Amino acid sequence: MTKAILLDEKDNVATCTSAAKKGEAIKILGGAEIFCVEDIPIWHKVALKKICAGEKIFKYGEIIGEASADIAKGGWVSHENIFSVPRDYSSEMI
Amino acid sequence: MNFWGYKRADGRAGIRNHVLILPTCACGSETARIVASQIRGAVNIIFNTGCSDVAANTEMSQKILTGFACNPNVFGVVIIGLGCETVPHKILREKIKSLTDKPVISFGIQEEGGTLKTIEKAVRAARELAAEASLQQKELCDISELLLGIECGGSDATSGIASNPVVGSLSDKLIDLGASTLMSESIEWIGGEHVLAKRAATPEIHNQIIKICADYEKHLKTAGQDCRAGQPTPGNKFGGLSTIDEKSLGCIKKGGTRPIVEVLKQAARPTKRGALVMDTAGYDISSVTSMVAAGCNAIIFTTGRGTPTGNAIVPVLKVTANAQTFSWMEDNIDVDLSGIIEGNLTIDAAGDLLLKKIHDVCNGRLTKAEAYGFSDIAVDHFCRFV
Repeated sequence: MTKAILLDEKDNVATCTSAAKKGEAIKILGGAEIFCVEDIPIWHKVALKKICAGEKIFKYGEIIGEASADIAKGGWVSHENIFSVPRDYSSEMI
Repeated sequence: MNFWGYKRADGRAGIRNHVLILPTCACGSETARIVASQIRGAVNIIFNTGCSDVAANTEMSQKILTGFACNPNVFGVVIIGLGCETVPHKILREKIKSLTDKPVISFGIQEEGGTLKTIEKAVRAARELAAEASLQQKELCDISELLLGIECGGSDATSGIASNPVVGSLSDKLIDLGASTLMSESIEWIGGEHVLAKRAATPEIHNQIIKICADYEKHLKTAGQDCRAGQPTPGNKFGGLSTIDEKSLGCIKKGGTRPIVEVLKQAARPTKRGALVMDTAGYDISSVTSMVAAGCNAIIFTTGRGTPTGNAIVPVLKVTANAQTFSWMEDNIDVDLSGIIEGNLTIDAAGDLLLKKIHDVCNGRLTKAEAYGFSDIAVDHFCRFV
């Protein structure tokens, strides 16, 4: 069975440690199983819940991007459907 | 912890004792290569700049050339100039001599009457330096004399999940033993800079880290470029890294958790000991070049997709947590950390393993890239790499 690594409880994606096939179950390490809805290559991310366009993607408990399209639960999250959000550096200064 | 190294007059310690054949410009590079090929113990670099350049690029190439010459892994230097480059060999030689007590000899191809005459003289000079170097005995040096450069390249999702956290653990262990570590690649802080800045020892350092990222983006924007077009690379995306933010958040894990005590300009020599960071491109070869110029005596390098890279002056120890990459490219990768992904190796235990491996490299063990004689170099420009 394909396994996926969940890095932080805030995350809505997990990283597959082998290629996942559409229709199979993926075992989320430290979590439940999830039904895979499309083929996902090794080391790529699976959505742990439905992510709507405009929602933030969390990995390491941090924002890694924003969805540019709706992503189904068990779908493939990649550079094709998420993008990097510009930084607000002035707000980070102390 | 101690290692057997070569003590230098400036108080630093080398873990190698190279004679460096150093071209002043691209036109001296081939002659330098032939000189080095004639002498056991000599290494050379291929330099692609040094002429027909704006002042800011000349400043950077001079920082790299003088920094390489002053690196503690270098015993002595033979400079090969041409004669009409921006900074001629005699000026570079005097500049290096003002910074170090090492033997430095220089020749100019136009003055000598061509490459063969230059090679003849330079090989004799390099032979004498190599003979002197061979007599220098190793001495017991404290681990505090180690300045480890921390690099990643050809990253995939395994880098941020496993190999970078292990190198972070190694960095923490080394700093606790009194050594220093230097992490660079500031463009690969973008998206994770707020996390990295939390490690700052002072509010000034916190703001320096944020400002470097802001300035990097502004610099590229001024030239009509966007860092997000070059980062992540196609290979990163294929390996499961979708945005610069995702890459950065994994990338900064290799610096560990100890307080950052100094933020360095590119290729600048540190003034403090402990956890250090430097403003460089994410282009790994350029970043390593700058860290070697800053005085790093060893480099640890994580990869996901695999890379053969090596440096002429400083050993590069390459590690991966991607089992397929290690088995497919074992001739280029030194350490397999895939046990972390498989769940049979902890990050702390892997950190101990890397500490042992780096200690061995300090004591003279050749890395794979070093045994092959690899000598990658890339000098950053005013219009920066990403």
